[in-house]
Amino acid sequence: MAPVDETELPGVGTRFSFETGDGRLLGVIRHHDGRREVFIADRDDPDCVAVSVSLEEGESHILADLLGGTEIAREVTAVAQGVAGLTVDWVEVPGLPAPATIGALQIRSRTGASVVAVLRGSEPYPAPGPDFSLAGGDVVLVVGTASGVREARNLLQGGGS
Amino acid sequence: MLAELGAVLLGLAVLAVAAGRLGLSPVPFYLLAGLLLGPGGPFELTEIEGFIEVGAEVGVVLLLLMLGLEYSPRDLARGLRTGWLSGIIDLVLNATPGVIAGYVLGFGSLGAAALGGVTYISSSGVIAKLISDLGFTGNRETGTVLTLLVVEDLVMAVYLPLLAAALLGASLGGAFGAVGLVAVVLVVLLRPRRREQRWVQRLFNRSDEAVLLGILGVALAVGALADRLGVSAAVAAFLIGLTLSGEPAERASRLLRPLRDLFAAAFFLFFGLQVDPGALGPVIWAAVALGLLTAATKVVTGWWAARADGVGVWGRRRAAAMLVSRGEFSVVIAELAITAGLDERIGTLSAAYVMALAVVGPLALRAVEVVRRRRTVASA
Repeated sequence: MAPVDETELPGVGTRFSFETGDGRLLGVIRHHDGRREVFIADRDDPDCVAVSVSLEEGESHILADLLGGTEIAREVTAVAQGVAGLTVDWVEVPGLPAPATIGALQIRSRTGASVVAVLRGSEPYPAPGPDFSLAGGDVVLVVGTASGVREARNLLQGGGS
Repeated sequence: MLAELGAVLLGLAVLAVAAGRLGLSPVPFYLLAGLLLGPGGPFELTEIEGFIEVGAEVGVVLLLLMLGLEYSPRDLARGLRTGWLSGIIDLVLNATPGVIAGYVLGFGSLGAAALGGVTYISSSGVIAKLISDLGFTGNRETGTVLTLLVVEDLVMAVYLPLLAAALLGASLGGAFGAVGLVAVVLVVLLRPRRREQRWVQRLFNRSDEAVLLGILGVALAVGALADRLGVSAAVAAFLIGLTLSGEPAERASRLLRPLRDLFAAAFFLFFGLQVDPGALGPVIWAAVALGLLTAATKVVTGWWAARADGVGVWGRRRAAAMLVSRGEFSVVIAELAITAGLDERIGTLSAAYVMALAVVGPLALRAVEVVRRRRTVASA
């Protein structure tokens, strides 16, 4: 796959571009205000935009969906962005020596962050209780402050040390 | 009085529409209107000069506040890291002709320093508008041009307070005030953010009108304080704008934009009013020569910077043409100079210079586009 070129546009946003297999330069500009701009460069002058479309936030979600983007991760990020000071993170649990319950790991009392859901394979377990037992390969959805979530990640991945 | 104010605003609205139709910035048209309405011009304003003058003072504060808001500290740091070499070339090539012209025309060292600023600084207002109007946001040279504008902004953060202090008092206290203010701002800019942004967040957690009035009040009050210290209100507003970033900056600029447009129009009009059209004659050739020379030096700057970033030939031509535009910043510098009582010809010369280059820059860019389109059609 062609490497993606990333350029900072001060005061505007970030520009990403790459060359497609048939030699066209395709790019996306992420504006600071949340808009996305998709553009195709001119065939003879690849530095110059030939066509561009500006997308509102909802519209770029539609496009991402059509292109096969994943729905759930995006909604979670949207929630996190909607609430200032709240961090949401998916943490993958490595192989644990022995099954450990959420209560035994003392995630909430030690980090202040809460486990909101567990994804085992494709099976979701919303709102698991303290006696829910975690296994290797589980993906845990943690919500809390930025530092709390970071500590919870260490706790889950470092085996509780 | 209301009748005269209404007539003037309507006139400016017509000019703004005409400028938009032609794909040009309204700034040179406002300056022209000022020339025509001022003493010695065909239509002399009688009743609202005082109002325009107050409006102009607010306008320059808003103009610089918004310029400061445009870039985040991250943009500034990154700009400095990636654009320093192009930035130095930009500064040397474009400030030098102004400084030399200032000495040759007998404006003195301070006048020469001011004129160097006038010729150095490209118009980020005109250029940003061109980029979005022509759909060039995704172009490769856009990154190059914006980075250069960021570096120019940073240079202004140091240059303006020093120039203002030298112009307005040259007293020891004023110079210390200026240097101190710059130091504070640089510290705030370079400090890792977030913690000190908390009080800003609290300040901004209010209704739209509270934020609007609050930030305007802060800018004007700090500006007045800075004026006392001999730093100039406009410069203080610029530094305040630089320290705000992220969400608050975005909200502030969204709220302030309409006010800025109104009062900035008053500022350009007022600047034009101060210029005696009869005095244009003697400086017009100097303005034309300086305009041609510094258009050429900006072309060299843009070409070189775009080539250094790996942009192709047409992109280099576009970058070169874009940077030629001079505008609001040049007028602000000239205004500082004549307010301080320097040679009035600096104002006259700058007015003619900006009126010319604010028109030539956009036209040059469009000409490059027309030629490129024609060539590609011919070769296809």
